[in-house]
Amino acid sequence: MSTATQAGFSLLASLPALQVVVPMVAAPICTFLRFRNGPWAFALLVSAAVFWISVMLLQQVLTHGVISYEMGGWAPPIGIEYRIDEINAFVLMIVSGISLVSLPYALRSVEREVPRDKHHLFYAGWLLCLCGLLGITITGDAFNIFVFLEISSLATYMLMASGRDPRALTAAFQYLVLGTLGATFILIGVGLLYIMTGTLNIADMADRLGPVSDTTSVRAAAAFLIAGIALKFALFPAHFWLPNGYAYSPSAVAVFLSATATKVSIYVLLRFEFTVFGEVAAFQDLHFARLLLPFAVLAFLIGSMVAIFQTDLKRLLAWSSVAQIGYIVVGIGLGSSDGLTGGIVHIFNHALTKAALFMAAGAMFLRIGSTRIDNLAGVGKIMPWTTLAFVLAGLSLIGVPTTAGFVSKWYLVLAALQHGNAGYFLAALILFSSILAVIYVWRVVEVAYFREPAGDATVREAPLSMLVPLWLLTLACFYFGLETQYSVDIARVAAESLLGIAR
Amino acid sequence: MQWLGQFNYYVFAILMMAGIYIAMSRGNLVKKVVGLNIFQASVFLLYISSGKVWGGTAPIMADGLERAISNPLPHVLILTAIVVGIATTSIGLALIVRIKEAHGTVEEDEIAEAEILYEQELAKLDAEAMTQARADAAAAGTTGGKGA
Repeated sequence: MSTATQAGFSLLASLPALQVVVPMVAAPICTFLRFRNGPWAFALLVSAAVFWISVMLLQQVLTHGVISYEMGGWAPPIGIEYRIDEINAFVLMIVSGISLVSLPYALRSVEREVPRDKHHLFYAGWLLCLCGLLGITITGDAFNIFVFLEISSLATYMLMASGRDPRALTAAFQYLVLGTLGATFILIGVGLLYIMTGTLNIADMADRLGPVSDTTSVRAAAAFLIAGIALKFALFPAHFWLPNGYAYSPSAVAVFLSATATKVSIYVLLRFEFTVFGEVAAFQDLHFARLLLPFAVLAFLIGSMVAIFQTDLKRLLAWSSVAQIGYIVVGIGLGSSDGLTGGIVHIFNHALTKAALFMAAGAMFLRIGSTRIDNLAGVGKIMPWTTLAFVLAGLSLIGVPTTAGFVSKWYLVLAALQHGNAGYFLAALILFSSILAVIYVWRVVEVAYFREPAGDATVREAPLSMLVPLWLLTLACFYFGLETQYSVDIARVAAESLLGIAR
Repeated sequence: MQWLGQFNYYVFAILMMAGIYIAMSRGNLVKKVVGLNIFQASVFLLYISSGKVWGGTAPIMADGLERAISNPLPHVLILTAIVVGIATTSIGLALIVRIKEAHGTVEEDEIAEAEILYEQELAKLDAEAMTQARADAAAAGTTGGKGA
């Protein structure tokens, strides 16, 4: 079948495989690098290579259309296919980009928060997590999604528990129980779909689902899949693992995971919702994501409210993540082109914003040794650059015009307004939740700028290796708030290809 | 007697629910891991049952052999899932060991108590450090003033 492509090894043609294989092979090598900063430098190098690959892939997809790569030369639907269209090329770039930006930041933060003799394992875990997240995104095979999901999750449990805070252990264990439940639900869903259609290839599955779509098995499969994926991206009633998980894990891990892990799970939801079930008539009436709408609304209302009452900065940001995931799911649940564009672009914008905020929180932890809000009194005077970046990224979290957060909320409100009275109500709730965001960001600003510092003279500005990534992301929040050409246009193309409009 | 033919699937459903129940309801972390294991094993049963062809033998291809074979793909998939299950169990148990080291218990409610104590301790240390730092600053301020 593919002897032509196999005859000459072409780097360009092998990019889809390399995207996953490079970090996968790099991870065990990383465990052998025991010298100072060696694992870190190696992980950074690999991350840069992976980011370059994802950019090349996105370019190829935008110019030449969908890329289909046959693993090992076995043609789909029997072999495993890596299938890259606009949406997963976009998600690949977000994941690898965030990894590349947060690794320079990780150097000092990990030095402080992870015991030195564990560094090689920490960065190996990081690479495995990256490999898993990229694998979930790139693959066109339903069972492969489960395998990569577990690779990334297992690495995540380890990363979360690698710090010194003993509370991280219980948080990681809680995530292990819920994450395994979620992943196994996905496994059951995939199994039922396989039993009914006889295929694991996602595109093939969608084609074969038509005749059997109106059966209990397929409906059960859809229910298991949605429940499992919702557990993985911490949609409101299944969010218990997230606040503690992000708050107590090492700062660099919180930065990386908050910006990528949940986003990739949302991509999986999009894939099953639109590519597999989307074209089946019986499911269009049901419209599964719409069932998630009430939960999404509760997520952003309750997430924002609980965030206001947090005493710890990282926990506050984690609760705000629960709320932001609500916004993304609202966009998906509305199901219209605008809504989906808003949802997808919010995946990107929120990744930038929340990564920047967690970086600022981590930098404060490095210097002050705590992220309890009371201990951050006067931090605006001691660490002016870090705090300023926090405030600016906070503006993007609220959704102030000229920031990235505004762009995605604009599309969400626009999409909500198309749905009549219920839509006006939904738009009002989104705006109300943004006001709640103003309150919780302001709480930090007040403590940081309007209270006297404790007077500990040893505290000083964060190191440059942390400030540069932090400011890079903060400025990106504004760049993508003004220049929407890249983010929104790609998101719109992705949304339309998911909805089948462009076809 | 149709239900007998679906015996495996009934067992799957019972094991699945028992596993989830144990994982969610037990306070002992080791029992939670056991519950997760039962839950995962039930799914293995679902996959393997689906691959069974009545009267089919092992899926070995050989020339001249025309016979019904069971579907090998679910078996292969489940081999992968078993590996994942083992990895999950080992990480879960490793975490339990470290939790035991940190808190001296593997019971969920006792860990919660230990964590509350830990947080109170942290808050107390923070408060002490704050007052100390303020006192230092004040002292430095007054002595500095006298010196000038």
